[in-house]
Amino acid sequence: MTAVLEARGLGKRYGRLWALADCTLSIPPGHVAGLVGPNGAGKTTLLHMAVGLLQPTSGTIEVLGGQPAAGPAQLARVGFLAQDAPTYAGLSVADHLRLGAHLNPGWDARLAHDRIEALDLNPGQRAGKLSGGERAQLALTLAVAKRPELLILDEPVASLDPLARREFLQDLMEAVAEQQVSVVLSSHLVADLERVCDYLIVLTTGRVQVAGEVEDLLATHHLLTGPRRDPATLPASQHVISASHTDRQTTLLVRTDAPIHDPAWTVSQVGMEDLVLAYMSQAAGSRGRKPALEAQR
Amino acid sequence: MIWLTWRQFRAQAWAALAVLAVIAIAFGVTGPHLAYLYDASGIPACHAHGDCATLATNFVNELKGLDAVVWFVSIGVLYLAPGLIGVFWGAPLVTRELEAGTFRLAWNQSVTRTRWIAVKLALVGLAAMAAVGLFSLMIAWWASPIDRATGLAASRNGASSVNRLAPLLFGASGVAPIGYAAFAFALGVTAGIVIRRTVPAMAITLAVFAAVQIVMPNWVRPHLITPAHVTTALNTANISQLSTDNNGQMTVTAAVHIPGAWVLSNQTINAAGQAFTGPATKACLSQTASIRACNASLGRLHLRQLVTYQPASRYWAFQWHETAIFLAVALLLAGFCVWWIRRRLS
Repeated sequence: MTAVLEARGLGKRYGRLWALADCTLSIPPGHVAGLVGPNGAGKTTLLHMAVGLLQPTSGTIEVLGGQPAAGPAQLARVGFLAQDAPTYAGLSVADHLRLGAHLNPGWDARLAHDRIEALDLNPGQRAGKLSGGERAQLALTLAVAKRPELLILDEPVASLDPLARREFLQDLMEAVAEQQVSVVLSSHLVADLERVCDYLIVLTTGRVQVAGEVEDLLATHHLLTGPRRDPATLPASQHVISASHTDRQTTLLVRTDAPIHDPAWTVSQVGMEDLVLAYMSQAAGSRGRKPALEAQR
Repeated sequence: MIWLTWRQFRAQAWAALAVLAVIAIAFGVTGPHLAYLYDASGIPACHAHGDCATLATNFVNELKGLDAVVWFVSIGVLYLAPGLIGVFWGAPLVTRELEAGTFRLAWNQSVTRTRWIAVKLALVGLAAMAAVGLFSLMIAWWASPIDRATGLAASRNGASSVNRLAPLLFGASGVAPIGYAAFAFALGVTAGIVIRRTVPAMAITLAVFAAVQIVMPNWVRPHLITPAHVTTALNTANISQLSTDNNGQMTVTAAVHIPGAWVLSNQTINAAGQAFTGPATKACLSQTASIRACNASLGRLHLRQLVTYQPASRYWAFQWHETAIFLAVALLLAGFCVWWIRRRLS
């Protein structure tokens, strides 16, 4: 099966700064993939390259096996909801649906209409007068009703309050279940993704730290607690993601495919949030921030 | 895409139509009176009497009240219209999408950006040309008595002849305004997509368009067609300007009688063919001698008058030349816009 998103050595440079560097990634179809990373990690850059809003500086990216935004057919296969859900402030909700119908050959008018009704949006209302949540829903409706094979959502819930956030994600999941589309959505909050994603990509400082199915990631990452010990003495099959030490105790987050037999360790399950945070702080450490902190101690 | 473009452009289109309607009403109300004045002026029968120049000059000079106001205002508005189109239709066409982020919505529908910008450019650009063209047509109808009169009137001195071929009226008549509108619109869009911000793009558009409107009639248009020259013996009865200075030099200018012509230069030359700058004749320097004596002394110098001009018959040739130039530049700019949207804006 063709990957929904396949990036090889992908990079984007703005002036001297690489917003995304050497990104190699393959997201299999049929997932709700979460792209998580701190602000400025390159999430939006990656997604914009996936929908053809940006051209890569280096490397290649293919979406559903095609060049992003290469033509009307490719555009029709990918639905995109940009950050802050842009809509035409002067156009009414009904105008937006008409826009969708005129610009998309695969437009599902019934689906769009039903969604607007279910969301209780007034079709005559101007989009500029809608609340942030309603606007996001309207933009999602446009993206969903064109019946794409892949839905790409850039920080869809970032500007929403917690209740609207929950409703939006619930609604998204319903749409996904009904239409069986693949989804790639980004967020800087793990909690948002935990609820909906079954595939996870951690992106920090322009690089992919880890990517894989959530189930696999959780099965191969373990939290080890035991007497203080140098992480360098661990078996080669265990990769240390993060380590913290007290005077007598060491806590490690390791990734390994093999079971852990060392009786000195207490092995416990790791949650998605801890996992993401571990990768994020690892990336921060590799940039040299952590040694500076240690020196202060 | 046509639907979306129209939906976004509709309010501006109605505004333009409303302006055209107001102008049409003003023309409709004052037009018959102007035609009546023309008929009553005696110009229609002037060829039989040979007094066309005088009657026509009187007719133009005696235009006043509502007719004069409507004439000046409509010409002013027709000159402004392309600039306003460039500023308010052209510059924001893409920038407001960039500023509001809605291009991310538009460019992710199943329509390529090339088509998106091409339809916008074509539809709004054609509307701009149609609006200005209609306006020019209405002025041509309303002002036809004035155009006929100015075509017959003699200019008193070379530089400021007022007729439809001369710079003051040329750009507000015929088909040239259509070219201006297309150019100003394309210029606005181009400034918008390069600068990416509406207000600076508007300012640049206005500045560049105004500069082009100054450069074109003064330095480019006179050379589009090689001017005609005519040399005649200086008729001292037609002298309109005469000045002497303390060094004993003098300059003489005689009026030009070429009806409807755009006079580019009007020189007085001596028998050797050089510009006449003196020396001043005694009769003209003298405080006591009469003007007649001065004129008579000039007559003895055998001066000639060299006029460089564009004849009235070239009006449409100039109109088409000018329109073609502006349309060509507009097309180039439009092509650049499409290229830029495809390649650079990402």
